[in-house]
Amino acid sequence: MSLYILSKEKLPAFVEALQAGFRVVGPVRTPTGFAFEEITQADQLQLDYTTTILPPKKYFLPQRETLFKYHTGSNPEGAQSVDVEPVFQDVQPTVIFGMHTCDMSGIMLYDKVFSEGFRDEHYMTRRDKMVIIGIECLHPCDDASFCKDMGTLTAPPIYDLHMTEVDDDYLIDTGSEKGERLLLNYSEAKMATTDHMQRLGRVLSAKWPRFRMRLKMSKDQTPSLLTLGYNAHIWEELGERCLACGSCTNVCPTCFCFDVQDELDINMQDGERVRVWDSCQLHEFALVAGGHNFRESKASRVRHRLMRKGKYIKQVHGLSGCTGCGRCERACLVDITIPGTLNALHDEMKVESGV
Amino acid sequence: MIPNLTTTTTPRAYNGHTSIYLPTIATIEDVHNETELEKIYTVRLPGGQNLGHTPGQFVMVSLPGVGEAPISVMSSPSRTGQTFRLCIRNAGDLTNVIHQLKPGDKVGIRGPFGRGFPVDLYKGKDVLIAAGGLGLAPARSLIDEILDNRANFGRLIILYGARSPAEILFRDALAEWNERDDVESLLTVDRPDEAWLGHVGVITRLFEHIQVNPYHTVAITVGPPVMYRFVVMELLGKGLTPEQIWMSFERRMKCGVGKCGHCQVNHRYSCQDGPAWTYAEALAFEEAL
Repeated sequence: MSLYILSKEKLPAFVEALQAGFRVVGPVRTPTGFAFEEITQADQLQLDYTTTILPPKKYFLPQRETLFKYHTGSNPEGAQSVDVEPVFQDVQPTVIFGMHTCDMSGIMLYDKVFSEGFRDEHYMTRRDKMVIIGIECLHPCDDASFCKDMGTLTAPPIYDLHMTEVDDDYLIDTGSEKGERLLLNYSEAKMATTDHMQRLGRVLSAKWPRFRMRLKMSKDQTPSLLTLGYNAHIWEELGERCLACGSCTNVCPTCFCFDVQDELDINMQDGERVRVWDSCQLHEFALVAGGHNFRESKASRVRHRLMRKGKYIKQVHGLSGCTGCGRCERACLVDITIPGTLNALHDEMKVESGV
Repeated sequence: MIPNLTTTTTPRAYNGHTSIYLPTIATIEDVHNETELEKIYTVRLPGGQNLGHTPGQFVMVSLPGVGEAPISVMSSPSRTGQTFRLCIRNAGDLTNVIHQLKPGDKVGIRGPFGRGFPVDLYKGKDVLIAAGGLGLAPARSLIDEILDNRANFGRLIILYGARSPAEILFRDALAEWNERDDVESLLTVDRPDEAWLGHVGVITRLFEHIQVNPYHTVAITVGPPVMYRFVVMELLGKGLTPEQIWMSFERRMKCGVGKCGHCQVNHRYSCQDGPAWTYAEALAFEEAL
């Protein structure tokens, strides 16, 4: 894999060339902020975007996804029949252009979740058609970001191409052969020289001081902090504030929990089984037959989300369950934040241990 | 040693596809009215394929257009040939419709899923099974497996608590266990009727009637969530250690394959790493009971 250079003015031609073979998705400006949407013209692409309300996960795990179609009826002899046919939805060659490094970290987690153990072919067949082109973050999105704390300010190894703005050029690293082929076939990129590499090094090293740290502990300490703080007072306080609206999980780039529902056509014979995004913050999430709810209180549900983000996901998949993107903080109506919660927990535990 | 918490089943291929969410369409061969609330279904996979489960595992049962839910397998592997049995309570939207099915009708089956009871670990031991209500159905898969390999195990003690005489499951089997001199079985009901002559009260009341050698016993308890706390207390009182106590965790499984997040108990997924756990494992989970 090598480093290439493409001048900024050549970028639109690259995007347009890609459109011949791919659906190209990227950050665009909308009346409510930036959003990942399909690009029809190269100039829609806003690579200097800050953040989007929804992460690009919607292209990897659609909000509503058909798993299979069914047909129920009776055969000529009068016996009941059921036919099912799997559906692999939204499988099409797609380039996600301009993913921030935090969002790439989210997709790296998804790749593990849906490939490990039982392989989820609905996700994986779609994923196989995706090309990820990342963009290096040189400035924080806003005050809600804490990517530097979470170690996601550097690109994880899942990109096909990764671009860094250096003066009037993009320096582009190739992360896969597929990415390199696309770059060479569809753009006028040239091999970077040692001079370009030097300039890239200067840009990258200069970016770090612009990002602040918000956590009072290192990310590696959050699992043990959450273990110690399982019965902390802060959960009750947060439970009283939380509206259990599920906004935080909807906008989260690492949330993947889903509900499974059957939809039946009006002919009462045909229909689909679908999965839809679900939220552990909703009351019904852990309710079982007979009425027992394993997370009846909002406090227990808020705690579960933080435990999952800061501990459980790491235990199961070896990757952080939080990317520090700050979206849940921006979406929360009652100002519940992950850094605020972890810091308050840190303070409470410090007081309790008398340190 | 407790077996590793790992996936023990592989997805079923269907029409050349491997969508882990696609059910295999099975046929109901027989429907038996067990109580007013429960029916026993004999289910046949295409071609009479063996389910290949272990006691304590569950399958996802679905009716296209209605939905899907986890149901414990009632048959023991020793009594599973071309068909297997499910004991299903009419307790929700899906099971309500299932209760209207008749022989010849179709159901979707996925699985078996999860970690069942590790029967091999129980070999050579006295086995105490405490089941409450519908918990006798998953327990039955273990009991029959032990009965069919009786020489491999020590004492078999079965404690069963039902809410009322009308809700007692598997009366034929209970009568058989009562007859056998290699099974010690005790039954209690919480709300007796006038004709009831047996034990009265919740299942924990039965523990005063049994003595066990704590060095030599494993206990398995299956029942509603509220029961475990009290049964575990009794078992610890008999001198059993948390490692010797197994339980099955009911959770809201939606996918059965460790993805959807619903059945999560702390960092574990009950559908994959459970539903059978030792109490020692459960102690490490704040959310277990």
